[in-house]
Amino acid sequence: MDARRTGKGVRQRPLGPPILTLVALAVLALQLICPVQAVEPGEMLKDPVLEARARHISQELRCLVCQNQSIDDSSADLARDLRVLVRERLTAGDSDAAVLAFVEARYGEFVLLRPRLAPHTLLLWLTPLLLLGGAVLALVRRSRERVRAGEEPQAQPLSPAERQRLDEVLKRQP
Amino acid sequence: MIVELGHFSLVLALAVALVQMALPAWGARRGDRQLMAVAEPAALVQLSLVLFAFLALMHAYITSDFSVETVWANSHTAKPLIYKISGVWGNHEGSMLLWVLILALFGAAVALFGTNLPASLRATVLAVQAGIAVAFLLFIVLTSNPFVRIPPQPQGRGLNPILQDPALAFHPPFLYAGYVGLSIAFSFAVAALIEGRIDAAWARWVRPWTLAAWMCLTLGIAMGSWWAYYELGWGGWWFWDPVENASFMPWLAATALLHSALVMEKREALKVWTILLAILAFSLSLMGTFLVRSGVLTSVHAFAVDPKRGIFILTILVVLIGGALALYAWRAPQLQPGGLFAPISREGALVLNNVLLTTGCATVLVGTLYPLLLESITGAKISVGPPYFNLTFGLLMLPLLAAMPFGPYLGWKRGDLAAAAQRLFAAAIAALLAVVTTFAIMWRGPWLAPFGIALAVWIIVGAASEWATRVQLLTGQAGRVWHRARGLPRSAHGTMLAHLGIGLTLLGIVATSAWQSERVVAMRPGESTEIAGYVLTFRGVAPAQGPNYQEQVGLFAVTSSGSPVTELSPSKRLYDAPRQATTEAAIHAAIAGDLYVVLGDELKDGGWVVRLYFNPLVRLIWIGAVVMALGGGLSLSDRRLRVGAPRRARRAIPSSLFTE
Repeated sequence: MDARRTGKGVRQRPLGPPILTLVALAVLALQLICPVQAVEPGEMLKDPVLEARARHISQELRCLVCQNQSIDDSSADLARDLRVLVRERLTAGDSDAAVLAFVEARYGEFVLLRPRLAPHTLLLWLTPLLLLGGAVLALVRRSRERVRAGEEPQAQPLSPAERQRLDEVLKRQP
Repeated sequence: MIVELGHFSLVLALAVALVQMALPAWGARRGDRQLMAVAEPAALVQLSLVLFAFLALMHAYITSDFSVETVWANSHTAKPLIYKISGVWGNHEGSMLLWVLILALFGAAVALFGTNLPASLRATVLAVQAGIAVAFLLFIVLTSNPFVRIPPQPQGRGLNPILQDPALAFHPPFLYAGYVGLSIAFSFAVAALIEGRIDAAWARWVRPWTLAAWMCLTLGIAMGSWWAYYELGWGGWWFWDPVENASFMPWLAATALLHSALVMEKREALKVWTILLAILAFSLSLMGTFLVRSGVLTSVHAFAVDPKRGIFILTILVVLIGGALALYAWRAPQLQPGGLFAPISREGALVLNNVLLTTGCATVLVGTLYPLLLESITGAKISVGPPYFNLTFGLLMLPLLAAMPFGPYLGWKRGDLAAAAQRLFAAAIAALLAVVTTFAIMWRGPWLAPFGIALAVWIIVGAASEWATRVQLLTGQAGRVWHRARGLPRSAHGTMLAHLGIGLTLLGIVATSAWQSERVVAMRPGESTEIAGYVLTFRGVAPAQGPNYQEQVGLFAVTSSGSPVTELSPSKRLYDAPRQATTEAAIHAAIAGDLYVVLGDELKDGGWVVRLYFNPLVRLIWIGAVVMALGGGLSLSDRRLRVGAPRRARRAIPSSLFTE
């Protein structure tokens, strides 16, 4: 892994939470995928730390003319402009959050791939917690109820037809 | 002529499906054996008719009959034969026909192999299956007919070049087999609700079908991911694209269903939940079909932007899912509750698995649909992208993965956590070693990564050690080990492999996410650059001619510490029809990872933009998936699943002996 020591142009991706996934689907009309040739050599910043931050921010911003691609992955002109803009702001000394806020102010909330926590996205962010909490509560309640109700559930009583069949069988036994 | 016969055959199949839907269901209600017996021949006839229609369409593609609209729109005479064939399902109309073909195939399989099912259950299952077929055949005939004629055209418009790829040729059939395979679990669930009877035998019948569908889904998704990795050109393998999510959600639900059906089969518990899960799993498949076909999500994949079709599929969705859920709400409370179990037990572990998998699945669902709903209600446009999914879904999967090795060690009904932990001692030590070693080698970070690696090692060693204990790999004599391994039920080997596969996939995901390195450079012929210990020398670019494209091929000599390793030739292609450019990455696979080279644009000074990536252990992602599918296959071949429940019951053994 000597690559990490080669200086500029080399980046390490920050680790997202380990995701268990496989993936991708059949795809059909890829005209909408902008050819994937992201960051051009000319765009890159000399300072590797700043460049790494720029790359990280780029992955959080959506290319508005492509579908479902971050500006880091897209070669559309707009994505290029945005990448350059991000780098300008960084060089001017903005923090990561300030850069994101700047781009959002210009292009709208749609540009953020990670929706911010706000009243209209509350449900989105809370869903996993609510579901998990709900499931745990339901399980606890259920098991309490059943423990209170007593032992193993009663065996299902035989239907009249089954009873009759059983009697027949038993009678035939010596 | 053949095209017309195909068309006719398709309409005939619709008629047969209508009969197969109505008569057996009616017969099952009245207890009329003759009416019920209509189901099997009808299922076989329906399969033959749909198969004929499909082959007729394929014939039109192979012979390049450009008087058929879909062939004209999606094929070309210069295309290699394999892509003429895969072109059949590389478009909306044909892919729906494939969908229905696979549906008919599964229906016929139930008719053929389901001879040990109670007659009324089999009749009802086949009737429900036919109901689904009716809905989709109507959809094809009314809105997406692949047999529509146009005035003959001299040449076709060609298939999207990005789809002209071997992995993608076989990706849809696998995926559809997975989607549609879940329809069997759905039909069984609906039939059980109609019959008002459900027991362990039911779970035993449902499990193999779900297992088969799950295997196909696993392979289909892995194939799509593998394709995205080498074709899209920047080494990404999963993008949380809505259409990817559409295939991932049924996979999560099917995985949960496999595990809950296990509880139901062994302990008769979780009945009501298993039924619901069976309904939900197929509902998610249907919803995936809706999302892709309707163009609701203008994603990279949506190729049927046609509201008429969307509304039709939405109707199918509402009727099938709504109907099934209504039936569930009405009948499920009447089902008898099953056995009790302590929270710490095999059942408890499987419940945890189900809670986390379904919550994860729901999170993906909400993340996929939220922007749509929000926009239609408030008009606000937001994006929900990978950062959201990685965070929420990733956090939900962590406890599941950490708990996974415990599951197989816990006893049914009441388990001993301390004893299980003791047996996982080796796995814990291995995980600890993994953290230390990874930190020692990769001390520059990212600091979370070694824990990810440790989690993967924990799962792999945990799965392997459970299996090793059972065959007494370390303590027994060599001959005994073999004997014991033979004596172990195949599903035990299957579980071990499937869990091991998850660990391998996770290892690949963590390594490549944490330590991928990338270089983007401008190179002129003769120049060299270095990445991950490889030195690449750019020899230049030469033009070349393919069967239906022209390309510019770059040549790179790769050396490592002075000795030559390989030569790589990434290229840029321009296809003739449709006129479209693609990039073909060149990949050198080594044990440590993939060296991935992409040729970019030509620069004014005669240089070229070159993108180099080193993706450590990335192949484990797909190897893991294949191992999972192998595990599924082993389980599927288990005698206990093949023999089926009724035959065992004939032996006069009290059923209590089977509750291990």
